[in-house]
Amino acid sequence: MAKRSFKVWRGDASGGEFKSFEVDVDPGMVVLDVLHRIQSRQANDLALRWNCKAGKCGSCSMEINGKPRLACMTRMNSFGDDETITTQPLKTFPVIKDLVTDVSWNYKQNQRIAKFKPRPREADGTHRMYQEDVDRVQEFRKCIECYLCQDVCHVIRDRGAKDEFVGPRFMIRLASLEMHPLDTDDRIPEIRKEFGSGLCNITRCCTEVCPEHIGITDNGIIPLKERVVDRYFDPVAGLLRKVRGITVRK
Amino acid sequence: MTFVVFTTFVIYTTWALFQAEYYYAEPYLSPYYSPVLFTDLSQPGAAPLEHAWFGSWPSWWPDFIPSSPAMLILVFPLSFRMSCYYYRKAYYRSFAGSPPGCAVGPLASKKKYRGETFLLLIQNLHRFALYAALAFIFLLGYDAVISFWRYGEFGIGVGSIILCINVVLIAGYTFGCHSLRHLIGGRKDCMSCGKNTAQYEAWKRVSWFNARHMQFAWLSLVWVMVTDLYVRLVAMGKITDLNTW
Repeated sequence: MAKRSFKVWRGDASGGEFKSFEVDVDPGMVVLDVLHRIQSRQANDLALRWNCKAGKCGSCSMEINGKPRLACMTRMNSFGDDETITTQPLKTFPVIKDLVTDVSWNYKQNQRIAKFKPRPREADGTHRMYQEDVDRVQEFRKCIECYLCQDVCHVIRDRGAKDEFVGPRFMIRLASLEMHPLDTDDRIPEIRKEFGSGLCNITRCCTEVCPEHIGITDNGIIPLKERVVDRYFDPVAGLLRKVRGITVRK
Repeated sequence: MTFVVFTTFVIYTTWALFQAEYYYAEPYLSPYYSPVLFTDLSQPGAAPLEHAWFGSWPSWWPDFIPSSPAMLILVFPLSFRMSCYYYRKAYYRSFAGSPPGCAVGPLASKKKYRGETFLLLIQNLHRFALYAALAFIFLLGYDAVISFWRYGEFGIGVGSIILCINVVLIAGYTFGCHSLRHLIGGRKDCMSCGKNTAQYEAWKRVSWFNARHMQFAWLSLVWVMVTDLYVRLVAMGKITDLNTW
């Protein structure tokens, strides 16, 4: 057992500050374990959100030493022996209390996205699709909605563009629908105009923080940006559509 | 690190662009100067006339601009790199500070953020730079092949190996392009439709390169400088090319 120094942000929407704690840490502990120990022994009213403790529910998202991470997946032995560990709430969302933030803005973004609209069933009554064609979109289904990508995205974190950019989590939700072999809805105009694909400048922080290692940028956002290019910026693609008599919504 | 390597590349390439001399040492041609559209034979280390697609340097060229063949072609590979989805991350972070790092506040001005919706809409033309970059694989590949023949005699030199590595790295970088990945199959929702189609196979292969795009981007960036420097030093007589001729 070793003593470790923690700084935990305490406060609410009206303000707060970092409080220091000295905690006994056992081998094998993760940051969430230590926060629970602080909660049980030193600060019974410490608020933190958690559930599965296995990196699958996405509840314990916070900023640990300035990096958006899951507290349950951040091992204590990943820090130096004398390093002070700082935990604070996600900066992008309003604080409710201590380490708990109000992430309801994300649910509102999700509601803005048109639902899956499958093509009619085939003659045998099935919706047939092939594994290799859905592999791409299944990657996006790994998302646990921890919103670390939303938190780290500088467009919504620092640029105040919450009304213009839907954020990486919902860009991959859009990608999962747009690329789905059964979905018939044309989402490209909304992806550009309402959801702000052009505001993403590909700095890949969302991919770097994703605990599910989803290729958010390479497999989700960039392919969507390329589809937007097809529709709006590629005169050759436009000419080919004209020749083939294909009309698209702009 | 990104800032240092990228700045070195920009400075070295700009310098090499204006040199207009010592870019050819039989049978090696610097990749910065390939293809040679015109050659100015009055310059030391210039490509011979038979290497120039359109012959001698045009007389109407203004005197105050160096007669550098690189000036006529370098815009194509440079525009490919500058609009590359990987390099965008690198220079938005290291040069524009937008953001300088993940979860770090932007260094850029507090003016309204427009991302790639205003002046940077030009980034959307990356696929056109890709078309040129694909042509350059063949051009540089040709240079690598003919580097094994010196005055009609087959042989091999250190320069031949350097030119071959250069074209392999540039091809690896180009084949991993996100636009290529889209155009070759990614644009479709149903790439295979249950069949082992050539399009789906091609998409899988490009995806392999795409997953290594960053590594190929940096390796090819450094190697193209090394290649130019090697050819330049051989042409200047500063080093001797070890070869079988």
